[in-house]
Amino acid sequence: MDLTISIIVGFMIFGALYAIHARDLLSSVIACGLVGYSLVICFLLLKAPDLAIVQIVVDTITLIIMVAVVLDSSREESYLKLDTQGYISAVTAIFLGLLLLYFYTVSIQSLDVLGKSSLRMAKHYIEGAAQKTGSANLVTGVVFDFRGYDTMGEAVVLVTAVLGVLTILRLRGKK
Amino acid sequence: MIAYIMCFILFLVGLYGVITRRNLIKIAVSLSIMEISTFLFFTLIGYIDGGVAPIVDPTDPVKVYVDPLPQALVLTAIVIGLATTAMLMAVIIRLYRKYGTFDIREIKNLRG
Repeated sequence: MDLTISIIVGFMIFGALYAIHARDLLSSVIACGLVGYSLVICFLLLKAPDLAIVQIVVDTITLIIMVAVVLDSSREESYLKLDTQGYISAVTAIFLGLLLLYFYTVSIQSLDVLGKSSLRMAKHYIEGAAQKTGSANLVTGVVFDFRGYDTMGEAVVLVTAVLGVLTILRLRGKK
Repeated sequence: MIAYIMCFILFLVGLYGVITRRNLIKIAVSLSIMEISTFLFFTLIGYIDGGVAPIVDPTDPVKVYVDPLPQALVLTAIVIGLATTAMLMAVIIRLYRKYGTFDIREIKNLRG
């Protein structure tokens, strides 16, 4: 499983690099969609069907929004030429990235090995959750029952975002 | 453990995009790539070898389920991510209509 996921994530990294470097903005956005759809495959392999369903819907909507924005514009990115300063910055960035990667590899030693999660906290959620919540799906049980207020807050955030988008996109302000 | 490291490399790629690109669309794309790597990391933490999807089957109570808590967390985060992306795109459209460009350097020069 470790190797399979790694190969798919490697594919996602290529897609991400292409999305960042493409000259045409439409290709960039489509490559971003590729990364999102690969994530759906990862979710299915990691036994998370609910996440796969939600992610495929959300990714499609994101792609539609981004394509709509890009098609409304000139679609070109002005070319970014590297000078000496740029090369120094790039080297510094790569060095800092490697440093971050080193600290990350040290810190993930405290996590459980992939595939051997010990369910420290989830044990109490799983025990009798089907009887307690009346939901056979444990994820929905957690989202809508144990953490119901969280979900309500999420709904509030969504409504706020929709109101914000409507306010920003309103063509003319009130006189 | 390779998967964890690849996941972090994906995060670093997104970070590199946010820092180096000068195009607003590219910055939004890089942000969503960072988001995606975080979702994948949380789901990886909850994975158990040989586990099944956390849907209770009353006929077979000894089954091993993968951890439902990170999945519930990511479910919330995905929807919030959609909200933030939509908001970001709305702001970008407004900026484009006002300045006629996505380039943040030009937008900075045109100001005032």
